[in-house]
Amino acid sequence: MLRIRVIPCLDVANGRVVKGTRFVDLVDEGDPPELAERYAREGADELVFLDISAAPEGRGTLLEIVERTARRAFIPLTVGGGVRSVDEMRDVLRAGADKVSLNTAAVADPELIGACARRFGSQAVVVAIDARAFDARAAAWEVVVKGGREATGLDAVAWARRATEQGAGELLVTSIDRDGTQSGFDTALLRAITDAVTVPVIASGGAAGPDDFVRAVLEGGADAVLAASIFHRRQHSIGDVKAAMAAAGLSVRAVAA
Amino acid sequence: MSGTSPTGPGSRPRFAVVDYGAGNLVSIEQALVSAGAAVARATGPDDLRDADALVVPGVGAAAPAMERLERAGLVEPIRRWIADDRPFLGICLGLQLLFEGSDEDGAATLGVLRGRTRRLDDAPSLPHIGWNQVERRRDHPAFAGIPDAADFYFVHSYAGAADGAGDEVALATTTHGRPFVSAVARGRLLGVQFHPERSGEDGLRLLANVVAAVRPASVARDDLPVTA
Repeated sequence: MLRIRVIPCLDVANGRVVKGTRFVDLVDEGDPPELAERYAREGADELVFLDISAAPEGRGTLLEIVERTARRAFIPLTVGGGVRSVDEMRDVLRAGADKVSLNTAAVADPELIGACARRFGSQAVVVAIDARAFDARAAAWEVVVKGGREATGLDAVAWARRATEQGAGELLVTSIDRDGTQSGFDTALLRAITDAVTVPVIASGGAAGPDDFVRAVLEGGADAVLAASIFHRRQHSIGDVKAAMAAAGLSVRAVAA
Repeated sequence: MSGTSPTGPGSRPRFAVVDYGAGNLVSIEQALVSAGAAVARATGPDDLRDADALVVPGVGAAAPAMERLERAGLVEPIRRWIADDRPFLGICLGLQLLFEGSDEDGAATLGVLRGRTRRLDDAPSLPHIGWNQVERRRDHPAFAGIPDAADFYFVHSYAGAADGAGDEVALATTTHGRPFVSAVARGRLLGVQFHPERSGEDGLRLLANVVAAVRPASVARDDLPVTA
């Protein structure tokens, strides 16, 4: 039976892992390949690197980090942040990533999703959707881009559907309202999207404790759950999260002793 | 930038990894090096000459992959390699290409195994992405020391459906909706639908078993009696 995946996310800026609240107030949290290896050992099912250093000179650094990580952690690696073309995606895959996540560039040009999927296969194309509630009372969410700084007016559920029609093999759905706040995943947003698509959906944004992960799956319908700071700061281990999932009857891959 | 071993390729079996532009080769190369192999990329037939084992990795669709293999002049050498029963490992698309054709884009593939590559039936979600259990139908040295039903990492929507002759090559099955063949073996050919290079400890153990089963040609030659 297919397991529910637990995925630590490493936000990378200028060669270091960082984490801020709502994409600002960044704090240094370590060396990316070192953290990657630690998570692989602790039972992470995959890893996600998000390059949040907007500066173009950060690209070479990122590719070097991806390559160093691929030499040490033998679990799947998704890399996102700033990939704008088929050629850039090729460079990231060649450095050792298994998948690339597209965000701002895909919103600007949805055809990019299809071009990347035709060249590398849908399984390598993750579309990252950063969403924010239009209105706290209505079940409607808007896509935001550029690290949460720019609103698009695009309906998140409609965009999720469009992205998968274009060839996205997976969606990484982040609630910008919850990101970094440790107030739990936005399960209503997750449910709206998982009901609308058949590809796997990774829940992101807001994890505080193991029970939040369980709810993202049971209430939100997520296929995988992602978090950053609670793992980096060792507030909870991957084992804690998997134990809570197993206790709730969810299928998880055993963590090696 | 191939990962040749620092401890001397002479003592390690040489694995040629076919490079036909199908994505990430770094992980398979690094994993094979960790598993005890000396690794070089193969972009044409000449690159197979000194190899002890051949690996066809790859993700994506069959038609562009076959086109690139044709252009590299590798289609016939790969067929001959397998016909000669030399050590061969096909991973993901590299397994699917062994069948006769693919329903994904209608491509005719290598045809060294009977059957076609078909979309996974009744799958609750596609692509089938993530860790799933590989349940063995029989013993095989590649799985030595790996518990039955161990988890391996999958990323695919299609899988080889062995027709008729399938039972003799099927080594393991995995269930996503319905069971599909997740590993095949025939002679010294091994094909896996999952990614051992992305499957943590058990994946590395499988690759180490594969490497251990291949004797470097140089060592084999040294073992030959000197007299006629």
